[in-house]
Amino acid sequence: MTVRRIMGIETEYGISVPGDPMANPMVLSGKVVTAYASQVGMRAARAGWDYEDEAPLRDARGFDLARGLADPSQLTDKEDPTLANVVLTNGARLYVDHAHPEYSSPEVTSPRDAIAWDRAGEAIMREAVRLLARPGTAGVNLYKNNTDGKGSSYGTHENYLMSRATPFAEIVRHLIPFFVARQVMCGSGRVGIGAESTRPGFQLAQRSDFFEVEVGLETTLKRPLINTRDEPHAIADRYRRLHVILGDANHSDVTNLLKLGTTSLVLGMIEDGAVGRNLTVDKPVEALHRISHDPTLRTTVQVSSGRTLTGIQLLWEYYELVGTWLQQKYAGELDEDTAEVMTRWEQVLTKLERDPMEADREVDWVTKLKTLEGFRARDGLDWSDPRLRAIDIQWSDVREDKGLFNRLLAAGRVERLVDEALVKDAVNTPPRDTRAYFRGTCLARFPREVAAASWDSVIFDVESQPSLQRVPMLEPERGTEAHVGELLDRAASADELLRMLADGAATRG
Amino acid sequence: MATQEQKNPQRRDADPDDVPAPAPAATPAKQELDDDIDSVLDEIDGVLESNSEEFVRGFVQKGGE
Repeated sequence: MTVRRIMGIETEYGISVPGDPMANPMVLSGKVVTAYASQVGMRAARAGWDYEDEAPLRDARGFDLARGLADPSQLTDKEDPTLANVVLTNGARLYVDHAHPEYSSPEVTSPRDAIAWDRAGEAIMREAVRLLARPGTAGVNLYKNNTDGKGSSYGTHENYLMSRATPFAEIVRHLIPFFVARQVMCGSGRVGIGAESTRPGFQLAQRSDFFEVEVGLETTLKRPLINTRDEPHAIADRYRRLHVILGDANHSDVTNLLKLGTTSLVLGMIEDGAVGRNLTVDKPVEALHRISHDPTLRTTVQVSSGRTLTGIQLLWEYYELVGTWLQQKYAGELDEDTAEVMTRWEQVLTKLERDPMEADREVDWVTKLKTLEGFRARDGLDWSDPRLRAIDIQWSDVREDKGLFNRLLAAGRVERLVDEALVKDAVNTPPRDTRAYFRGTCLARFPREVAAASWDSVIFDVESQPSLQRVPMLEPERGTEAHVGELLDRAASADELLRMLADGAATRG
Repeated sequence: MATQEQKNPQRRDADPDDVPAPAPAATPAKQELDDDIDSVLDEIDGVLESNSEEFVRGFVQKGGE
């Protein structure tokens, strides 16, 4: 296993109406989803979600929803806007999750593709903001961040497909120390210390203060470093989907690349049973908070071997372990994606170690801190000054003219890895090398006949069949362009596609 | 897919001597650096919400996930 594996990012966006903090965020989020869906010619529940796999008891709900929606006379105003949901032609899911609009990227196989389809999600949110900015209304603003600084947090979750054969205890043991330190490279920066920002100051990560336990099933309270949700959306005895909930929403491509890339490599090493060192950290939750609270990066943690390491040193340990593992496994011949992650990993750690401010073009929290320090120096601002908190929030505004990160990006002050043209493409087209290709292409080709979809199924409603036809997709690496591209090209209708799929299945036995 | 040579990872210690010193030629003069930061701040000043306190107070979110 290299850095390549099935992965994806889900992001809940912060949402607000300027001047109206009491606006109902569920209704607003519904508007965001509906506005975008209508713009691309889909109804915000036209391709409903197939809940069968997610919660067996709600089986009926998925099918009822699909049947009801087959009748176009059913108006959107009769539907609950807080349940707005749409599967997009790029294979992503755009929906309302509690009180936030969420974009769940399609499955991809590399960190670079994860960046492209994550930024596609940002572009989609930006488009929704534009659509809702009608003259005479306050509009709706969206923020790619993870906290309001007042005690609430919302997530950016990573998903990694892993081998079921790897004991979960091994994942927990080797991943916790890595997660404690990862924020040093991957944090997005935050003004305020403590979940409710009770202490003035700056910290590395948006999310760290919201984590309370080491391992658990919860995601909204008593948040755990390692989430145990076991919902593979794939063949369960072959795969595990590791649901990582402690990361920040990233703006920088390099930061995002490192987040996905280094985590995937560490997981590969764990799957191979190749972690040759015990790096167990004493009191990891507390260590996570302490490391986040120290932008000088000098804070140390106690490692079980009796050593005391800084976050950077802990990351160097993982870098070396991964390097040795790759050397043994591939004798130095690495694919481009893996080589890029290793090179960036080394470069960024070297810069952070020498002087964190040197990484201001690559690491999100450094870019933010450098800017904030500029304001502090120029205007003599204390960390409790509301201007600094305002900058922190507006940093993540998705609009190109208002979002402060976007301004810095446009001014060439941050490094970009993935071309805007690729992102533009990713807004409408699915990745070619995962089952998202089948899902997205079906939505693009046969929007009327797709009654519902989910990560591992597409449900068709075709005239020739009295009942709904469910096409299961339990293998994330099947349904690719190489696998079904020709079939989809040849199928003139959804009916024909289903017939060809059935024939194919029959031939394969 | 093309392959690239991956060098052996080097052990890193806390010893600052191990870290190459920044090349002095690459460091811009302090004045240049200050001008550069000033232009970033000016750009942000131009788009920042005018009433910071109200803007921060108005940004209230519900927890998610």
